[in-house]
Amino acid sequence: MRLTLKIWRQKDTTTAGRFVSYQVDGVTPEMSFLEMLDVLNEALIERGEEPVAFEHDCREGICGSCGFLINGVPHGPRRHTTVCQLHMRFFKDGDALTLEPWRARAFPVVRDLVVDRSAFDRIIQAGGYISAPTGSAPDAAAILVPKEAADTAFDAAACIGCGACVAACPNAAAMLFTAAKVTHLNVLPQGQPERDDRTLNMVAAMRREAFGSCSNHGECEAVCPKGIPLEFIARLNRDVVRAAFGGRREPLVVHGAPLRPAHEDT
Amino acid sequence: MQNTLDARIPSGPIEQKWDRCRFEMKLVNPANRRKHTVLIVGSGLAGAAAAATLGEQGYQVQCFSFHDTPRRAHSIAAQGGINAAKNYRNDGDSVFRLFYDTVKGGDFRAREANAYRLAQVSVNIIDQCAAQGVPFARDYGGLLETRSFGGVQVERTFYARGQTGQQLLLGAYQALERQIAAGTVTMHPRSEMLDLVVVDGKARGIVTRDLRTGAIHSHVADVVVLATGGYSNVFYLSTNAKASNCTAIWRAHRRGALFGNPCYTQIHPTCIPQAGEYQSKLTLMSESLRNDGRIWVPKEKGDSRRPNDIPESARDYYLERRYPSFGNLVPRDVASRAAKEVCDEGRGVGPGGHGVYLDFRSAIERLGPDNVRDKYGNLFEIYERITGDDAYQVPMRIYPAPHYTMGGLWVDYHLMSTIPGLFVGGEANFSDQGANRLGASALMQGLSDGYFILPATVPDYLARTELPRVDTSHPAFREVEEDVRQRTHALLQADGRRTVDSFHRELGRLMWDNCGMARSDASLRRALAKIPELRDEFHKDVRVLGTEEELNQSLEKAGRVADFLELAELMCTDALLRAESCGGHFRVESQTSEGEAKRDDAGFCYVAAWEYPGPGQAAVLHKEPLTFEHVHLAQRSYK
Repeated sequence: MRLTLKIWRQKDTTTAGRFVSYQVDGVTPEMSFLEMLDVLNEALIERGEEPVAFEHDCREGICGSCGFLINGVPHGPRRHTTVCQLHMRFFKDGDALTLEPWRARAFPVVRDLVVDRSAFDRIIQAGGYISAPTGSAPDAAAILVPKEAADTAFDAAACIGCGACVAACPNAAAMLFTAAKVTHLNVLPQGQPERDDRTLNMVAAMRREAFGSCSNHGECEAVCPKGIPLEFIARLNRDVVRAAFGGRREPLVVHGAPLRPAHEDT
Repeated sequence: MQNTLDARIPSGPIEQKWDRCRFEMKLVNPANRRKHTVLIVGSGLAGAAAAATLGEQGYQVQCFSFHDTPRRAHSIAAQGGINAAKNYRNDGDSVFRLFYDTVKGGDFRAREANAYRLAQVSVNIIDQCAAQGVPFARDYGGLLETRSFGGVQVERTFYARGQTGQQLLLGAYQALERQIAAGTVTMHPRSEMLDLVVVDGKARGIVTRDLRTGAIHSHVADVVVLATGGYSNVFYLSTNAKASNCTAIWRAHRRGALFGNPCYTQIHPTCIPQAGEYQSKLTLMSESLRNDGRIWVPKEKGDSRRPNDIPESARDYYLERRYPSFGNLVPRDVASRAAKEVCDEGRGVGPGGHGVYLDFRSAIERLGPDNVRDKYGNLFEIYERITGDDAYQVPMRIYPAPHYTMGGLWVDYHLMSTIPGLFVGGEANFSDQGANRLGASALMQGLSDGYFILPATVPDYLARTELPRVDTSHPAFREVEEDVRQRTHALLQADGRRTVDSFHRELGRLMWDNCGMARSDASLRRALAKIPELRDEFHKDVRVLGTEEELNQSLEKAGRVADFLELAELMCTDALLRAESCGGHFRVESQTSEGEAKRDDAGFCYVAAWEYPGPGQAAVLHKEPLTFEHVHLAQRSYK
């Protein structure tokens, strides 16, 4: 089949970008979307034009490197599918597709379809871990984890950090990403000692980056290739309330934390 | 360069070697640790774990990754699980049994002392990861679940659905991010190591390219650790991630580190078959599927009926037939070769006849679809997403693909290469796995090296070694930087006609046909004649557009393929020398009358470690003899 692609080309972060149209011929249904772009890039190089930069690595939907908008939808039209796992059998001859990078202030464009997602790492640095220095661990069987907690933790930990949730959100919020990590760790017995600090510090870190606020729009869940549910955002909100009002320590001193008891607001 | 290789294996009974080694190590005073800089290249299981742990100990760690974030490393793609001799199942497992299985599974080409240590440390790894919050599978009592894997008869494999590698890597990544926040580790994302700097015979730094800006930087250190993974992408089509490459270890090899057993590659039996010429990679289906899936092909050649229309009587469950005691769970090398044989006989299925069926019908009847979904649901989804087929209804089609390289830089018991101060961990070293790796042992080795071995042996080196102050103005750094600039420049200057990928594809086909699942003297000589021609053509005719001073993905690829073109020749040289079949290395000339691999212990019971003598000169062989005191050398049998 033959496709028309309108692709965002941008030299670097500071240079303005623009759309450029390309024809791709000889696309077969068995190809993955990225293999179709490989075909385009090979043709561009042969013509002496610079290939389109896009991020990818494992091409198995697990490393989280890939991702861009196809006709405005992160990772394209298939649910629970990263763009590397999206196959051309879901498109038809003559389709016109617009490809553009994640659009979010917190994710500046590096080149073409490549963006800088290091803000996610900084959220993890603020508390997305359980402090367990090497060598200090008790026997694994000494920590019993109820199956339900283990399963919930796993569902949350399935996040691949691709950034589709941010790209889909009209506010460019990172709530689903943050909620997934908070849920993974807060639901486990091992995560309890740091639970409140983790929650507040990660939310504060999220606010320090250029992400917007959550307005329960739900687009994030709809595009998440790993099916991380919106429910985890509710869990995060409950944990924020718990941490802020838990009265574990007074006064609450967390730099950048957005929350304080409502009656203190003026 | 030494002629006899000293592996520095501690004396004493095998159970005590590691303890003794640790006791004999010199320590660095906590107050002095921050005076030492450690460079760690790679942020997969071995790299991230080592960086986090050495950071916790108080060293100044700098960690490098060519990805945008350390969490993308290819360890993340491992599906099935991680072995540990916990014996929580009470089914007869022990440290000794895991050790024994590893040495036997590696076809008696692994170092006994290393394999024993790996089995010992395996139990600590599970403890460490559970404490970090890795969401391992649990039973209803809250205890850890395990399952069995190829080549063993106990259930010692811990797992997190089909995403064990992802969850273990995220555990290590989170520990690493914690140290980054604490200021003990500095992370350099989008930085690719392009060369090693050796000063007065010791590894003292690296030269990197900033992939965003193209800037070439020198980094000085007291120790360099490479944890840069394997080189299966020399075959172009493999299960490795697209960017996985050999550049870091190959450049270190060119600077004097010996390369151990380069020809040992693992061809994984359960991958989704290639669908077309444009194919960019192959996707693995976890070996855990072989627990419940049954592998078969039609008994008759050219049986073109749909799989569900082929009656039981016309199916050949060839693994169960040939290996009744291990059945579908024979080790990877055995399963891969058997698949190739039935396909070569013309009984393969799917396009081009390059496939065999992996059938879940009897498992679904026995366990019910819900239980099968619970165990393998995500793998069935992956399969459906790629092929469009529903494996609950029709059998999967699978075929072997390059997956893992047991070869790598030669290291001693301390994981130090032949360049003092250059340590190598994980898949990048020539490994504890011998000539074949058992399933669920790569994650174990990566984390063992990263959490427990390197953080013990690196400080010992620091404590024992005189390390005069060096900075980037040292002539050795200037020289290597200039080398890197010239190499990068030359790739852009070639201004030829062919794309980098077209060369890579050609090299891959050449290697798969001549140095793949089965090799012969003739095929290897053919490859050895072709590779230098292809390499010359590459340097004359490659087309890389753009400039050095920007994000240039073609330029990155070109550098990696240039190194693959050199490594490929060494792989074939090594394969030609090893005129025996062992593990993943099947030499057509060396087989039993039943077509099974035939080892030659009298001739080849050694590690082949190759020295780089200079451009255009033949590689020089060094040998490390292997002795087996605890595991009886025997022809493997899984019948």
